[in-house]
Amino acid sequence: MDLKLDHHTSDGIEVVDVEGEIDVYTAPRLRELLIELVNNGHYQLVVNMEKVEFLDSTGLGVLVGGLKRVRAHDGSLDLVCTQERILKIFRITGLTKVFGIHDTVDEAITARKSEK
Amino acid sequence: MATVEMSFTPLPVHVRTARLVATAVARRSGVEEALLDEVRLAVGEACSRAVEAHQAQCPDEPVRVELTGTNGRFEVVVTDAAAAGQEAAGSPSAEPEGWPGNGVPNGTGALDHSVPPQGLGLAVIAGLADDVQFSRTPAGLSITMSWPSRGTG
Repeated sequence: MDLKLDHHTSDGIEVVDVEGEIDVYTAPRLRELLIELVNNGHYQLVVNMEKVEFLDSTGLGVLVGGLKRVRAHDGSLDLVCTQERILKIFRITGLTKVFGIHDTVDEAITARKSEK
Repeated sequence: MATVEMSFTPLPVHVRTARLVATAVARRSGVEEALLDEVRLAVGEACSRAVEAHQAQCPDEPVRVELTGTNGRFEVVVTDAAAAGQEAAGSPSAEPEGWPGNGVPNGTGALDHSVPPQGLGLAVIAGLADDVQFSRTPAGLSITMSWPSRGTG
């Protein structure tokens, strides 16, 4: 299994659970899912990356693309990630300043709700 | 002579294989466990870049990877044969307008940055490898990355 995707609604926010490796081969699937969710009217997204084993710049590009899409609808895209090896690429590229990154899905949802 | 040499059809599906092989050779060569994630990511970035270049320029040519562990260093050389359009590859620090470097995306650009520009992948490599060199040849681009090793391989 290279990449497993699932999503569910929690308190009005769409949570995308990602498991496996996000790279040049698998990233298009995540991109398609994010596009589908936005097209279906889901503009508040939380991407749970706690089970992501690998993330490269292609994956970063997909996440940034998703962020831009939801922001076009005044929406949001937050991340859940505590794995240092995944957080490292966000730090190297400066994207820790772009994404809200939380320790748990509940924390991400609470943070987003409190901003409304 | 490289410890391991491999070439693969320039398809995204094979980049993972290249990552796994490079990590295995790095571990065997004595690279510290804490650095293996960096090796895996950097090699993956270099191979992904080469695959995309080949698909645009020379889809029938293989991407070449050489892995060498000698003299206290583990070295990886990823070479592509996509000579045309190398000027667009940019420097490791190159970022197009609107791409979020250290700031917030401006969100106003018409371009869809779902696929990162070449500069981001190269910047990631530069940030991960202990030593990295980019060499442009008439044939294409060669990226050499190295990390310290205990030299057990």
